[in-house]
Amino acid sequence: MFGRDDKVSEIRLTAAQYAILAIFLVLAYGLWRLQVMQSGYYASAAEKNRIRNVPILAPRGKILDREGRVIVDNYPSFSALLLRDSSRDLNADADLIAQGLHLDPNEVRTRIRHFSALPQYQPIFLKEDITPDELAFIDSHRNELPELDTIMAHRRLYPRNGFMAHLIGYVGEVTEDMLNQPQFELYSPGDVVGVSGVERQYNNALMGKNGARRALVNSHGREVGLLGETAAIPGKQLKLTIDIDLQIAAEEALEGKNGALVAMDPRTGEILAMVSRPTFDPNDFAVRVSRDEWNKLVTDPDKPLLNKAIQAQLAPGSTFKIIMSVAGWQEQVAQELHVNCAGSAEFYGRRFGCWVKGGHGPVSLEKAIYQSCDVFFYTLAEKLGIDRIAKYATALGLGQKTGIDLPNEVSGVMPSEEWKIKNFKQKWFAGETISVGIGQGAVALTPVQLMRAIAAISMGGRMVVPHVVNPQELPGDYVETSHVTETQNIPIDPNGWTFITDAMSRVLLPEGTAPSAHIPGIDIAGKTGSAQIVSLATRAKFKNSEDLAQNGWFVGFTPRRNPDIIVCVLFQGGEHGRLAARLATQVLKAYVDKQHRSPQKLVEKPKGDGKVDIGALWTGPESDKLEGGRFALDLPKRPILAAAAAPGIAPEQ
Amino acid sequence: MSRYVSYRDFDWGLLIFVLMICGLGVMEIQSATVHTKFAGSHIRQVYWILGGVGAMFVISAVNYQVLLDRIHWFYIAAVASLIAVLLFGQRYLGAKRWIKMPGGNHFQPSEWVKLILILAVAKFFADLRHRELSWSDFAKAGAIVVIPMLLVLKQPDLGTALTYIPIAIMGVFLGGMQWRQGLLVAVLAAVGVAAVFFVPRVHVLKSYQKQRLTSFIDPELDPQGSGYQVEQSKIAVGSGGLWGGKGSQTHGAFLPVPQTDFIFAAFAEEHGFVGALGVLLLYFIVLMRLTQNAQTAPDRAGAFVVMGVVAVLSFHILVNVGMVVGFMPVTGIPLPLMSYGGSSVLFMFLALGMVMNVRMRRFVN
Repeated sequence: MFGRDDKVSEIRLTAAQYAILAIFLVLAYGLWRLQVMQSGYYASAAEKNRIRNVPILAPRGKILDREGRVIVDNYPSFSALLLRDSSRDLNADADLIAQGLHLDPNEVRTRIRHFSALPQYQPIFLKEDITPDELAFIDSHRNELPELDTIMAHRRLYPRNGFMAHLIGYVGEVTEDMLNQPQFELYSPGDVVGVSGVERQYNNALMGKNGARRALVNSHGREVGLLGETAAIPGKQLKLTIDIDLQIAAEEALEGKNGALVAMDPRTGEILAMVSRPTFDPNDFAVRVSRDEWNKLVTDPDKPLLNKAIQAQLAPGSTFKIIMSVAGWQEQVAQELHVNCAGSAEFYGRRFGCWVKGGHGPVSLEKAIYQSCDVFFYTLAEKLGIDRIAKYATALGLGQKTGIDLPNEVSGVMPSEEWKIKNFKQKWFAGETISVGIGQGAVALTPVQLMRAIAAISMGGRMVVPHVVNPQELPGDYVETSHVTETQNIPIDPNGWTFITDAMSRVLLPEGTAPSAHIPGIDIAGKTGSAQIVSLATRAKFKNSEDLAQNGWFVGFTPRRNPDIIVCVLFQGGEHGRLAARLATQVLKAYVDKQHRSPQKLVEKPKGDGKVDIGALWTGPESDKLEGGRFALDLPKRPILAAAAAPGIAPEQ
Repeated sequence: MSRYVSYRDFDWGLLIFVLMICGLGVMEIQSATVHTKFAGSHIRQVYWILGGVGAMFVISAVNYQVLLDRIHWFYIAAVASLIAVLLFGQRYLGAKRWIKMPGGNHFQPSEWVKLILILAVAKFFADLRHRELSWSDFAKAGAIVVIPMLLVLKQPDLGTALTYIPIAIMGVFLGGMQWRQGLLVAVLAAVGVAAVFFVPRVHVLKSYQKQRLTSFIDPELDPQGSGYQVEQSKIAVGSGGLWGGKGSQTHGAFLPVPQTDFIFAAFAEEHGFVGALGVLLLYFIVLMRLTQNAQTAPDRAGAFVVMGVVAVLSFHILVNVGMVVGFMPVTGIPLPLMSYGGSSVLFMFLALGMVMNVRMRRFVN
C-alpha cells in the first residue's frame, strides 16, 4: 500500500533517540549531583528537618478607660494544638481526640482538611480555652496521641453581662471572607482578630505579633531540644475616652430597657459613655461561638448585636425642633413668629394636631421650645420650606456619618427635594415639610448624629467629630489616618444660640415638658422628643401593642453655657421624652457628682491653651487606692466587671 | 491482503519492562503510605494496573487504521468535552477539571484528549505527502494541538496543558520540519518561558502557578511556602546517598504527596543513586524499544502514533524527575507507570495498547 519512501525519516527517528538519551543523561547527572556529590549536605539537611515551629501567642493589648482603669483584660488559658509532623494518621485518631476534647469528630476532620495546605511543621489549633479535664486528657494520652499538645494563650476577658459590649466589640478567628479583603491580607488563618467595635477599629494596634519556638523533635514527634525562640510582641494597650464611672451610670440608667445612650464632651468630641440595649455577652464569642447561639443573636427582633448609638436610624421627634429653631433664627423667620396654637392647624388641606389637644394658646419661639408646641413648628416649617431646613440640618451633620471611630456607622436620612427625586423619582410635596418640622416624616437620625448636631449648637456652631480614642493615645501609623481632631465651625448668630439654649434650660423647669427630670442645683439645658413609629391610626388598630409604642428621646447638656458634657438618650418604647430625660439626667448627675468629689482639682488653673483635660480633673485622691491600675467597682447590686484569675474558675456571681 | 493478526507479534518484552516499572511503583507506594491515611493505596494501584493491562489488550485488538479514519469525530468530541468542562465542570481547589458523571463518578477529559491528540497528529502527518513541511501545514499542525491546549489552560491546568506540546513538536519534527521552522519553535518557546517568568503582567498563568515557577528559580525566597516542596524533595533525594537510606523524609511526611508526584523522590531516598539510576535505565529501555517499534511500523501513521507516545512519555519523565532533582518547577505532572493514580495508569496502558496495535500489524500490508 505504502512504498518505502512513505516511511518516516530514519535519520530523524535516530535523532529523537539521541534526544531521549540526552534527557536521561541530564536527569542522571541531577541524581549524581544530589546523591553523590552533595549527599553529605542533604543528609544533614534531612536531620535538621526535625525542627518544629511552635507559635508563642502574643497577648492583645488591654483596653483602658480615660483614667487608665482596665476595661478589657486578658487571662491565661490553654489551647489544644494538633501537631501534624508526626507520622500519625490524624483522621483515624480524630474520634478519640474529639471525644477527649468534647468536640464533634467531623469538625476535627474538617479542620484538619481546612488547614492541609499549610506546611506540616505548622501546628493547628483544635480548641481554645480547654477545661482542666481536657488538659488532663491530653497529658494522660501523651503516648497514644503524641500529636496533641497544649499551648498557653492569653484570652480576652470582657466585662460581664454585656457591659460596654457594643463599644468594645469582640474578637474571633479570622474568617476566609475576611482574608480575601485587602485590609486583612497580612493575617493568616487561625489568627484572632477584632470582629466588631473598638476591637475591630483598632485591631492593628491591639493585636500583637506572635513569636515562635523552634524545637528539635525526634522521629516520634517528641521535643528533644530547643534551637531558638522569637519572642512574641504584645499588642499595644489602648486608652479610650470613656469614663468608667459615667459608663456605669449610663448602663444602669438603661438597664432592662431598650434603646441607646451616648455621652460626649462637646468641646472635644470625646465619647464619655456609650450604651446600647439589649446587649450581649462578648465572652460567649471569645471561644468559637456555636451556630445556635449565633443564630439566636442574629434573629432576635430586638437586635442585641446592633450598636443603636451609631446604627439605629429613627425619627428624632421633637428634639429636631432645636435644629428647626436654629434654621428659623438664621433665616430671620423664628424671631418674629407668633402663633396661636388651638390644638391643631390646617396646612395644604390637611389637619395637623398638636400633642396638647387643648392647644398652647399664643406661642412664640421660647415657649415653643420648652413647651414643644407642634403647631408653632408646623408653621415655621411651612415658612422655611424643606430646602432651607435641609440646608441647616445638613450643615449640622444630619443624614451623614459623624466619622466616629467605630465600624459600621450608618448615615441616617435628612430629606430634601433633591433627595426625594434621587431616591423615589418623585417630586417633594409641600405637605411633607410640615411633618419634618416636628422631626417626623422621612427624617431618620442616629443618636450620635443628633447629639453631635445639638452639641454644635450648644458650642455656638463648633462641630466636633465624636471619637472613642484620642489620636495622641495611638501608635504612630494610626495618627495620620485619624481625623477626629478636625473641627468645623458653622456660623450661628450668637444671639440665636444663646436664646435657644436658654429656652432649652426651661424644659426641665415646671413650665417645661420634663419637669420630673429636674435635678436641683444642676443647670441642664435639653429637649425632649417622642417619635411615632407608625401613625396613630395604625397604632390604635393594634391596640397600643408594646412593639409600636412611641420612642422617647432626650438630648441635654450641662452647664447651659460652655457645656462640658452632652447626653443623648433614645428610649425605645419609652412613650414620652420626659422618661428619656430622667435617664439622661441620672448620667448628668453622676458626672456632676464626680466633679464635686474632687473639688481641689476644680480650682486649679487650666494649663496651656486653656482647654481643660477632663481626665485630669477627675483623677482625685481616690485613684491612689487603686492597685496596679486595676479597679474595683463598688456596685452593691451586681459586680459588672469581674476578672477570672484562671481558666476553669468561674468568676463570682 | 492478509488480515491475520496474532498475539505472537505482541511486544511481550516491552510489557515485561513496563510491568517491572509498575512493580517498583507499587512497592514504593506501599512503603510511602504505610503509616498514613493513604495506607492501602498500593492495592488499589494493582487493580488499576490490572485494569490497564486489560484495556491495553482490548485497544490493541481494534485496528488503529479504523480509529484514524474516524479521528476527526474523536477530535471534535474531545474539544467539545473540554468546553463542557469549562461550562459545567466541578470546581475543586480553584480549578475546573472534572465533569460529574451520572453515578457519582468524576471524569477528567484532559487526560483522554492526550490520546486523541496523538492519533490526530499522526493522521495529519500521515496524509501529507511532501518531504518538507510547508508553512501552512506547520501552522495547521500547531492549531490541532493549541486549541485543546488553550482550553485546558483555561481550567486552569498548566501541567496537563504542557504535556500536549511534545506531541506537536514530535509530529512537526518527524513530519519534515525545516530548520527555519525549528528555529521558530525554539524562539516561540523561549519567548513564552521568558514572558511567564519575567513579565508579571502576563495573565496566562494564575498567581499560584507563577509563584511555583518563581520559587523554583529561588526556593530560598520562600522556603516555607511553594519552594518548600522542591526543597524537601531535594533533601529526600540527596539524603538517599549512593545506596539509599531510612527514608526519614518520606516517612516523616516532610515530602509532599510521596505516592503521586514525588514518588521518584521517595524511591531515590530509599534506594539511593543506584536504585534511582536503575529505574531511569528501565524507562530508557522502554523508550528505545518503543522507537524501535516506530521504525518497524507498517506505515507513516503507525510510526507517528508510536512516536507520539514516546514524546508524551519522555516529557513526563523529563518534567517529573527534573522537578524531583530540582531542575524543573512544580507543575503537578505525575511519573507515568510509577505514580499512584487511576487516570495516569489507564492513560499509559491505553497508549501502550496503541503501540502494540501498530506493532501487531507490521506485517499486514
